[in-house]
Amino acid sequence: MKKIIIVILALFLVNSAMAQGKYFTKSGKITFDATTKESPEKVQAVTKTAVAVLDAASGNIQFSVLMRGFQFEHALMEEHFHENYVESTKYPKATFKGQLEGVSALAKDGTYELPVKGQLSLHGASRDIQTKVKVVVSGTNMNATATFMAPLADYNIAIPGLVADKLAKTASVKVECLLQPLKN
Amino acid sequence: MINLRKGIFLTLISMIFLLKAKAQEEDLLKLVEEDKPQKEIVKNAFKATRIINTQSMEFLAPGTMDFTILHRFGQLDRGVNNLFGLDEASMRMAFDFGITKNLMIGVGRSTYKKELDAFFKYAPVRQSAGSSAFPVTIALASGLTLNTLPWQDPVRQNYFTSRMAFFSQVIIGRKFSEVLSLQLTPTMIHYNLVPTVDTSNDIYALGIGGRYKLAKRFSFNWDYSYVINSLDKNVYTNPLSVGIDIETGGHVFQLHFSNSTGMNERAFVTETSGHWDKTEVRFGFNLSRIFQIKKRKED
Repeated sequence: MKKIIIVILALFLVNSAMAQGKYFTKSGKITFDATTKESPEKVQAVTKTAVAVLDAASGNIQFSVLMRGFQFEHALMEEHFHENYVESTKYPKATFKGQLEGVSALAKDGTYELPVKGQLSLHGASRDIQTKVKVVVSGTNMNATATFMAPLADYNIAIPGLVADKLAKTASVKVECLLQPLKN
Repeated sequence: MINLRKGIFLTLISMIFLLKAKAQEEDLLKLVEEDKPQKEIVKNAFKATRIINTQSMEFLAPGTMDFTILHRFGQLDRGVNNLFGLDEASMRMAFDFGITKNLMIGVGRSTYKKELDAFFKYAPVRQSAGSSAFPVTIALASGLTLNTLPWQDPVRQNYFTSRMAFFSQVIIGRKFSEVLSLQLTPTMIHYNLVPTVDTSNDIYALGIGGRYKLAKRFSFNWDYSYVINSLDKNVYTNPLSVGIDIETGGHVFQLHFSNSTGMNERAFVTETSGHWDKTEVRFGFNLSRIFQIKKRKED
């Protein structure tokens, strides 16, 4: 019995030794696209100030995105996006808190595709989402990219009838992050 | 004995799992996020760069052009035969350009007195939120107007500069909430040529205006100027306009009733002759279409 306990404790120690610590970025790139065939202009916004932290030991992954950071090619579209659609003053941040599966694989260099599940909070509404993350591990850095679809209605973002056919009802969101080790 | 050991073992196991579970609930973002809110300019106090007639505290985004058509029909009291004024129209066409986020320029031409105008609007400080927030936007607008009508008195010696008038104003505005914005606009108009020797070349006025948002894309607007020393008290009165703004994608429609005919600062501040109490009021609209003329560079 003692042996078993020692083995368990040893496993626990090994487990924490394997824990690769935490990784983060403050310049994650997120691209939001709601362009349709009928859109007269590209409905696309980019922010490069997303904050993300990954705990490589537990697979816990969290994002925080300042909505104001989203910039459009068209200044007026940007204003309308913030004022009327996502209401950036009222809801300044979007967050994602989730779980990346199979993080133990990330100990070695290579390219991995791992499923992620979690909750996206945006515009005052929270929805469960899941997608696959492509992670490229090289040395101490991890390059993570993922794409998912966000139906605007799920987040209580209303589209006025006048522009209904010029805007996609479901936006595609692309996330690109270069994660670096976080030193506590 | 075995049972006790088993118990300890299970407790240990569950403790390990509990520890792990706890770690997963940890707020990782706290580790990297600064709590300092960034300074942010307060935007969308008004939907357009004019409340109705008066310049608003809003600016065009850099690289955009705003093409506006401002229209004032005839007076409502003209009756049904004139379709309550709709048979007549006075118009100003204008092109405004956003240069930087605090600077815009514009040119326009009005049918009233066949007048050309040009102006700039610059804000040294903008209302902001976050760290080192500032409560109001302070902007300066200044411009000139050029009357191109034939000389009233061709016999006397006429100078080109006599066609010109200038305006300067300070715009102090604040967006109090998502729905309410208010603005004070002290204005000075300078005429190079005035009708009589007794008339002052400088006319002072105090403008007030605001908007109340009734829905996301729909607001109630008003603007008024109190003219301190009128060109001619028997003829001219204070301009008052009330109306609504409707925003539809790239357009802003402003529909309103106003007692002024002219639509540049010189004309509406100093030469408004309609009286609201005699229904000498005109229906009018401003139509604004914004074009992105310069692609924004990626940073």
